[in-house]
This record gives sequence, C-alpha cells and structure tokens, in this order.
Amino acid sequence: MGYVFDLGSVLSGQYLNWFLIGIATTFALTLVAWCLAMAMGITLTLIRMIPFRPLEWFVALYVEYHRNVPLLVQIFVWYFGVPSLLPRVARQWINAHHGEFLLAAIALGLAAAAYVAEDIRSGIRSIPRAQYEASRSIGFGYLGTMGYVVLPQALRIAVPPLINQTLLLFKNTSLAMAIGVGELTYRTREVESYTFKTFEAFAVATAIYLTVSFAIMALGSYSGRRLKLETR
Amino acid sequence: MIEIIQNNWLLFLVGQYPHGPIGGLTMTMFMATVSLALCFPFAIALALARLSSHRWLRLPATAIVHTVRGLPLIMFIFWAYFFSPLVIGRAVGGVETLIIALVVYEAAYLSEIIRAGIEGLPKGQTEAATALGLGYWPTTLKIVLPQALHNMLPSMVSQFVSTIKETSLGYVISAHELTFAAAQVNNVLLTQPFEVYGILALTYFALCFALTSLARFIERRISTSRGGTPGVAVLA
Repeated sequence: MGYVFDLGSVLSGQYLNWFLIGIATTFALTLVAWCLAMAMGITLTLIRMIPFRPLEWFVALYVEYHRNVPLLVQIFVWYFGVPSLLPRVARQWINAHHGEFLLAAIALGLAAAAYVAEDIRSGIRSIPRAQYEASRSIGFGYLGTMGYVVLPQALRIAVPPLINQTLLLFKNTSLAMAIGVGELTYRTREVESYTFKTFEAFAVATAIYLTVSFAIMALGSYSGRRLKLETR
Repeated sequence: MIEIIQNNWLLFLVGQYPHGPIGGLTMTMFMATVSLALCFPFAIALALARLSSHRWLRLPATAIVHTVRGLPLIMFIFWAYFFSPLVIGRAVGGVETLIIALVVYEAAYLSEIIRAGIEGLPKGQTEAATALGLGYWPTTLKIVLPQALHNMLPSMVSQFVSTIKETSLGYVISAHELTFAAAQVNNVLLTQPFEVYGILALTYFALCFALTSLARFIERRISTSRGGTPGVAVLA
C-alpha cells in the first residue's frame, strides 16, 4: 500500500496544539465532573442514612436511573433536553458560555455520583455490626460511632473502588465529543479530518488515554495494597 | 409526550424498516445479543489464558485485558470504523463496525467475570478432578467451567445490560439503533428535545432495569441453592 507511518505530521504545529487543547479539556472535564460526583455521592450517602422511606426511595431511584440509562443518553437529556425547559435568559447564557462543557460535566458528574454513593455504601456495609455495638456500649453516640469508628474504616475500604470510578469517569469524558465538547477524542477526529493521517491521529490519542489510564490503575492497586485493613 | 410516542413508536421500535434499514430497539437488542454471543469464546479463552501456568499465555492475556480496560469504547469504535474496511477489503456498515468494536471491548470485561467465577470455585473441585485422573482439559470443560459459568450467570446478565447501554454509541458512527432513531425523531420535531430524549431514557431504563432485576433474582436463587445465606447482612 506504500503507507508511511509519520507521527511527526500530526505532532507538529497547530495539530500538536489541538491535541494539547484536547488533553487539557479532557482533564478539566474529568476534574469538574469528579468534584461534582464526590459532592453528590457523599450527599446521597448522607440522605440515605436518614431513616425516612421516601428519601430512601429517592436515592434508590437516582442510583437506578443513572445505572440503567446509557451515559450518552443522559448527556443528550442534559444537553438537548434540559436547556429547553429553562427560561430564555438562562439558555442564552449557556450558549454564550460553552454550555456544552458545563452540561457534559453535569451529566458525567451526576452519573458517576450514583456509583460513588454505592461504593461508599458498600464500604459502610462491610464494617461488621459488632463494631457499632462495641462503640455504642463504650458510650459513643450515633455521630461519634460514625465519625470515629465506622467512617474512618469504611472510607479506607472505599478508596480503591473510588479510584476505579475515577478511571471510568476519565474514559467516559470521551462521550462528550458527541455534543461537540473539544476534548481529546473530538480533537483527534479534527486532526484526522484535516491531515487524513487516520492511523497516526488515533495512535496518538490511544497512547494518551492508555498512559493516563495505566497511571490511575497503578494508583488504584497501590492504594489497594497500602490501605488494606490490618485486622488483629 | 403521549403524542410523540403515538406518532413515532414504530421508528423507536424498528427504525425506518420497511422503507429503510432496520434500526431502533430491535437493532439495539440484536447488536447487544450478537456481540455478547460472539465475544463469549474469546472471553473464555482470555480467562483461561490469564489463569494459565504458562507465562507466555498469561502475560499477553493480562496485557490485552489491561489495555482494553484502559481505553474508552469510543476509541475501539473509531479504530474499527477506519480500519475494518482496510482489513476486510470492502465497505463495512455501521452495525458491523459497532459489533466488531463491542466484541473486542466486551471480551476483556467478560473474561474478568469468568476469571472471577473460576477463581471463586473451591480449590477442592480441581484437586478432586486431578485425583480422579482427569487432565487439564477434561477438568476445565467438565468440572470447572460448567460450575463457574452457572455461578456467573447474574454477572453475565449485568454484562448484557452494559452491552445494551454501550450500543448507544452507535449513534456516533450513525449505526441505526435506538439512540439514532431518537435523534431522527428529534430532528423532525425540533421543538420537544426534552420529551424525545426523556422517552429514550425511559425506554432504556425499562429494559435495563428489568434485566438488572432479573440478575438480582438469579443471584438470590443461586446463593440459596448453594446453601448460602441470600445476600449479606444489611447494616447501613
């Protein structure tokens, strides 16, 4: 076929620039969505601890919705659907301020929050009942039991799964290309359609995704070993 | 909302068929089923290779699984989109492209499930088989895999749910499936995006939630039939 593999052509000048902007956008999207996911995930966990049935149902519905609807569809609901419900002024503001980035971050963050809430809950569940009883019997109240006994252990257990969620979130930011967010996958397609260097462009993107993913995976397995509870 | 469903339910269900290619929910289910079925043998092979005592089987399999897990599905879709025509030597449609990408992607994830199933079996099973004089293949095929796959049934149903959700990415390469159909409806109506995508989300939810519930039901059945206590003691 006489095809010359030429990485230099996609890694120079404005194309290199596009890749760098893409990486920066992917990282920014991951970070914003991650913060939202943690805040919302912890909030959901706290809501679920309130012994009031309708609130429990609300959290269950929230989790099931985000786990059973494709993420791309959730992004579409936020990007195409939600602004149409907002007043005109809000719509104009969204359009003027890179709304697609913001709405993608909201969709990704809220979806990840469902998984974060589940991870924290299984951390809490994995603390044996005897720990509560022992803590209560030596005089801790509910908050003291939670704050000094249960949560320090539960969060430790939840760290490796949460790092895994971070990996999934990082990979899922690629879906934002479907609504025109200029992240790595989107920029890669742009480079590809300008240079016709399909193989090179996607090789670069693949290498970048793999590097970051492997770093997150390594962090995950390190924390798994490091934070393992030593039971005596 | 009811009106949109009344006017477009056929498009959601089968796409433009019979005036065009089959799409909609039918194609979504077809692609999910076919790609899961096709990736099954690869997944078993990968799982066995990862558990193999031969280094030269274990290391490449481990590398493949980690590489696939480190990449977004959309990367596989684009690789398949651009390169399967080169490899096959003819134009490849969106549906085939998506199935190729899904088979590669799902095989890695399914292999992890199968591996967990095999590792979850008591060691006594293989030891007893060895003691009876069975070799590697009879042990694997007649003792290990049947039990492991049975125990893994709930996870496989969950994997099927993931696959259904992942077919929505076919939209990106214009494969005719449910999300694509909804986008078409939205392009015609223009003024009711929230309703259209709401219907889309509800459709996926109804389908996937039913399957997730089925997975939970099977899980309870299996754990009771194995004599264990169903579920874990619930605390928080």
